[in-house]
Amino acid sequence: MDFRTTDEQRGFAHALHDLTSRADPVSAARAWAAGDHDPGLALWRRLADQGVTALVVPLEHGGLGGSPVDLAVAFEVLGHQLAVGPWVESAAYLTRALPPEQVGAVADGVVATVAVPPHVPYAVDADVAALVHLVTPQGVHRAAPDEQVRSLDTTRHLFTVAAESDGSAPECDDAFDHAVLACSAQLLGCAERLLADTVTHVQGRRQYGRTIGSFQAVKHQLADVRIGLDFARPLVHGAAVALHSGDPAASRSVSAAKVAAGDAAHRASRVALQLHGAVGYTAELDLGLWIHRVRALVNAWGTTTFHRGRVADALPGTA
Amino acid sequence: MNLDLSPDEIAFRDEARAWLAANVPAEPLPSMDTPEGFRAHQEWETTLADARWSVVSWPEAYHGRGASLVEWVIFEEEYYRAGAPGRVSQNGIFLLSPTLFEHGTKEQQDRWLPPMATGEQVWAQAWSEPEAGSDLAALRSRAERDDHRGGWVLNGQKTWSSRASYAHWGFGLFRSDPDSERHRGLTYFCFPLAAEGVTVRPIAQLDGEPGFAEIFLDDVFVPDVDVLGEPGQGWAVAMSTAGNERGLSLRSPGRFCATADRLVELWRRQGAPAELRDRVVDAWLGAEAYRLYTWGTVSRLVDGGQIGYSGSVNKVFWSDLDVAMHETALDLLAAEGEVRGPWVDGYLFSLSGPIYAGTNEVQRNVVAERILGLPREARG
Repeated sequence: MDFRTTDEQRGFAHALHDLTSRADPVSAARAWAAGDHDPGLALWRRLADQGVTALVVPLEHGGLGGSPVDLAVAFEVLGHQLAVGPWVESAAYLTRALPPEQVGAVADGVVATVAVPPHVPYAVDADVAALVHLVTPQGVHRAAPDEQVRSLDTTRHLFTVAAESDGSAPECDDAFDHAVLACSAQLLGCAERLLADTVTHVQGRRQYGRTIGSFQAVKHQLADVRIGLDFARPLVHGAAVALHSGDPAASRSVSAAKVAAGDAAHRASRVALQLHGAVGYTAELDLGLWIHRVRALVNAWGTTTFHRGRVADALPGTA
Repeated sequence: MNLDLSPDEIAFRDEARAWLAANVPAEPLPSMDTPEGFRAHQEWETTLADARWSVVSWPEAYHGRGASLVEWVIFEEEYYRAGAPGRVSQNGIFLLSPTLFEHGTKEQQDRWLPPMATGEQVWAQAWSEPEAGSDLAALRSRAERDDHRGGWVLNGQKTWSSRASYAHWGFGLFRSDPDSERHRGLTYFCFPLAAEGVTVRPIAQLDGEPGFAEIFLDDVFVPDVDVLGEPGQGWAVAMSTAGNERGLSLRSPGRFCATADRLVELWRRQGAPAELRDRVVDAWLGAEAYRLYTWGTVSRLVDGGQIGYSGSVNKVFWSDLDVAMHETALDLLAAEGEVRGPWVDGYLFSLSGPIYAGTNEVQRNVVAERILGLPREARG
């Protein structure tokens, strides 16, 4: 029993964090939103070179043979750094859903995206993805982007897609669970960033002759964000361990993780906006990028209501 | 990262599970805050101790099994899953004993630990005072040196002393240096509640039972052998106990997992009403989060880490979770939810959680100031 990330995993997270920071990910995200994909794709390439897209691909299919815990560790960094692009779709879903002969390209860093209706009705960033897929009950189809719809998160370009091939019919439940796990970890990362930036803000901002961070009404909201995150992370890591060990209740654990991470991140984003005040409500401040990202991810890969339902259906004692 | 138990831990779990299945009373014991319930709970502690299950983490010399922290958590999970009685000795075995093991003399350990383990002597805490609740360092009860008799004379008033109505010994802080302020000049004393000059006045709690009491001390003599740690160092000595109360030992995950499982059963029995589904899910999910969080803490501690200020994070979470779970149960019971029974008892008990062991307001301040690094608020 050792419920901690390993030194190696922490080192991996640090390396990804440093690499991303050097690439100015926020500028890349703003450029991405404006239609300039180059900086974002350059960062994608660098992260892929670090193995992020190959983490949960088996060694024999050209991957790193890592665990879902590695995936969670990496995606928390991606959330914290606001990495743009279809990360969940490529690195977590398609690497698990595609047939072995097609996985290699995604593992190597080819940008790929997918729509999985009803939970994922749009393929994110299908305009920039080299591979676009649609998953239906018949399986995984090649697909082409159709119409674009606007996301409140301007760094997510959503597209309806149309199938272009018959579906192969692999088992996609495991891929869905990996995607939900990655999405949950990304939410944690976003929330940690929102909390950190808000703590910095209230430490510097003065009103009524004192630092606003000294007011209990401010402190207690931030304490609740800290507490929510501290209890969401074990569920995310627990879900990763459950997926790794082939636990029959793994889907329940994954849904529990999404609910907790979604709620914790939502709280973090609301508190962040409230405590920044009017400046937080400006498009100029980067904070809003994370606030919108959280709002989008809370309902991506299954709404909180859907995931609560999955937990309810699998509670202990269920026949 | 894994949650696998070793073969030895699995064997330990199975042994505990089998013993509990065979020995846990079929009917719940009367409330431990009634005279007959207190005695029944003491007898249960003796039964536990005879089979060496009352203090599994203590050394074998003191009725324990020398169990590891992992085994302790396993035992607690089994204990509450089996529906076993609440621990009347918890102030002693969970709050005082860590301090006693760390700061007590061998003579004190030999004298106090065995009867604590068997339930023969039950301990009450004597921290709060009428003017020193959340702000414990404002305490005014005093200890004056009596060199002639070789000890100290205690005077003052303690309050909200859990179990004091029927307990045998009290432990708490007194101001031993009259010129001192706040955290300085305090000394940690243990004293028999039957000592001359001690008056215990029970206070009925929200559940109607005298679960806590006021303790009046009027020239109570305490010999030097009953001082815990160095005179004047009481605050530092006491903090190891406070950390335990907020952190791991008072609220093991087993309690919440068992409550969550019962809540799920209740929900089903009530026809699985859809409108309460999300609250039941959140209760189960919260208990699961607490269980996993605890394994994370245990992993750190086993590796030599400290609980530190995360005890405050922990305390806010479990106390709010406990209230939420019981309120959900009462709402599931609907109009029957006001009828006295195990859920109502649990609910009334849960209401004290956000208040005792340092109110949740104080804990949130600790989280904000010590973990997030926000500036301290002005304090008088």
